[in-house]
Amino acid sequence: MSTTLEAAVPAGLARRERVRQRREENRKRRALSLGPGPVPRVLGMAALTLMAAVWLLPFAWALVTSFKTEPDAIALPLSWIPAGGFTLEQYASLFATGNIQRWMVNSLVVAVGVTALTVVVSALAAYAFSRTIFRGRRVLFWCTVAAIMVPPQLMIVPLFQQMVGWNLADTYWAVILPQVVAPVMVFILKRFFDRIPRELEEAARMDGAGNWRVLWSVVLPLSRPILAAVAIFVFISAWNNFLWPFIVISDPDLMTLPVGIPNVLSAYGTVYAQNMAASMVAAAPMVLVFMLFQRQIVSSVATTGLGGQ
Amino acid sequence: MAAAPPVTAAAAPRPRSAAPPAAVPLWQRVRDSGWAFLLPFLLVYGAFLLWPLLYGLWLSLTDTSLVGGGGDLVGLANYAEALTDPMVWHTLGNTVYFTLISTVPLVLLALVMALLVHSGLPGQWLWRLSFFAPFLLPVATVALVWQWLFQGDFGFVNQMLAGLGSEGVGWLSDPAVAMWSIAITTVWWTVGFNFLLYLAALQSVPDHLYEAAAIDGAGAWSRLWSITLPQLRGTTGIVVVLQLLASMKVFDQIYIMTNGGPDDATTPVLLHVYDVGFTGYRIGYGAAISFLFLAIVVAVSLAQLWFTARRRAQR
Repeated sequence: MSTTLEAAVPAGLARRERVRQRREENRKRRALSLGPGPVPRVLGMAALTLMAAVWLLPFAWALVTSFKTEPDAIALPLSWIPAGGFTLEQYASLFATGNIQRWMVNSLVVAVGVTALTVVVSALAAYAFSRTIFRGRRVLFWCTVAAIMVPPQLMIVPLFQQMVGWNLADTYWAVILPQVVAPVMVFILKRFFDRIPRELEEAARMDGAGNWRVLWSVVLPLSRPILAAVAIFVFISAWNNFLWPFIVISDPDLMTLPVGIPNVLSAYGTVYAQNMAASMVAAAPMVLVFMLFQRQIVSSVATTGLGGQ
Repeated sequence: MAAAPPVTAAAAPRPRSAAPPAAVPLWQRVRDSGWAFLLPFLLVYGAFLLWPLLYGLWLSLTDTSLVGGGGDLVGLANYAEALTDPMVWHTLGNTVYFTLISTVPLVLLALVMALLVHSGLPGQWLWRLSFFAPFLLPVATVALVWQWLFQGDFGFVNQMLAGLGSEGVGWLSDPAVAMWSIAITTVWWTVGFNFLLYLAALQSVPDHLYEAAAIDGAGAWSRLWSITLPQLRGTTGIVVVLQLLASMKVFDQIYIMTNGGPDDATTPVLLHVYDVGFTGYRIGYGAAISFLFLAIVVAVSLAQLWFTARRRAQR
């Protein structure tokens, strides 16, 4: 419906139309949830404003601190505007060491690698569980579901020993491969594939298509939203993963951003403005991704978080 | 899961191909069977989940050391030691304490946020951004920002308290307070996830329920209690269990912010496993503690399955 609308009218008009619809919807919701009077609305707005302020404040304070000199950062009384003026020196000295850029690239390699492999491996497995029959299918599916319960933190010790034994410690592979096992994602994708009507694939089967063709040209094209949701969710977790990369990587050149940042800081001692600059640099890529894909991220958390319900 | 799929390609006749099904070469049948699709997953599952799990189980029965040496079977001695080790009980207690004081606000605040945002007040984009954005931050950022806010002498929080004429609090240095500071940090960081789960659930409550109630003359407050909250009961069950599981696994923010201090007041059981294994080099013993912990996690997970099943049955 919305696609035909977008095709028919210029983009600006379509957007205005969407905004108008959303406003209309909100007005209806307000009437249903808050009633007609102004009092609940004012109270609701006050509560939202207060909570949003509390939630944004830590970030705002950290951001401001990162633009101060060290003496200004700890000057009392605290002030949002430093006496010596704002400065970029914290960022400059952070980037001058060169490690941050390196860690960002590492994080990107790891997160993209984990996401690509997880989506492919999980989608194939989900197809097998959803659309094919073979001996042991049920047992294997239940083994997959049971694995959802096992917390990955539990396996750090044996997994580390294993990586050392396989000569994989301190490599990208050691960081990436264990994160590719995502039984939840297999489960979510299988549930989605189950709902794709069989009639759609039967036509392809008539033309002699095998399972690979059916997967590629029938199932996958219809599963784009769920694939995107899974990919986004996996990417976020991989980018922010701390414990496993922290344990398996000791070479500073291979560290990811979340692991490297606290590491460099303990080397500096307590330098608050510098700490905040590093924190902001570590946060920037995800904040940017969120700004660009807000709608998709929100819906991906909602779908994958509840197990695709 | 319910019904077996009626058609498989391996067994399906292929009307347009010249050869009858029996003549399909073995290689092609294998390539087109479910096993071929499952193979990559089975490989990573076996290598990076099943194998470490079994290996860990075996380690827990030995006195293996991280620096080599040991490795002899000691039977259940590690488990016996863990059950009588006061540090294990203390850290398990810390984990449970953190789980309780973090889960309650993480569920309740998320619900309140979702209800308010879903009420259609203007500024939706801003509210969603403020509440959810922290969830996307890497733990290093979260931990460092809150360490700075909680800093004793120049920290924002204590300076605000001073402005109100109140004395400063040793947020991360007072053993009685430190776990609460970790919980506050965690609530700020992850409440957005539960908030979105609630928001999604609210969006699926059909409008006609509210419209019918409005016609019956039910006020906004009674609509909340008689329609919205009952409709959210299933979601709340799931959110609570997911949150319990997530809180029980707490490690990262504590490791960076306090490293278990002061006086082990914030050491969760997973940090103890880490200390025993990687600092104390006793990985056999560490594995035994983690399997005791797994038993608890499995119990909570089974509760989740039970919730989900009951919710399905209700539909």
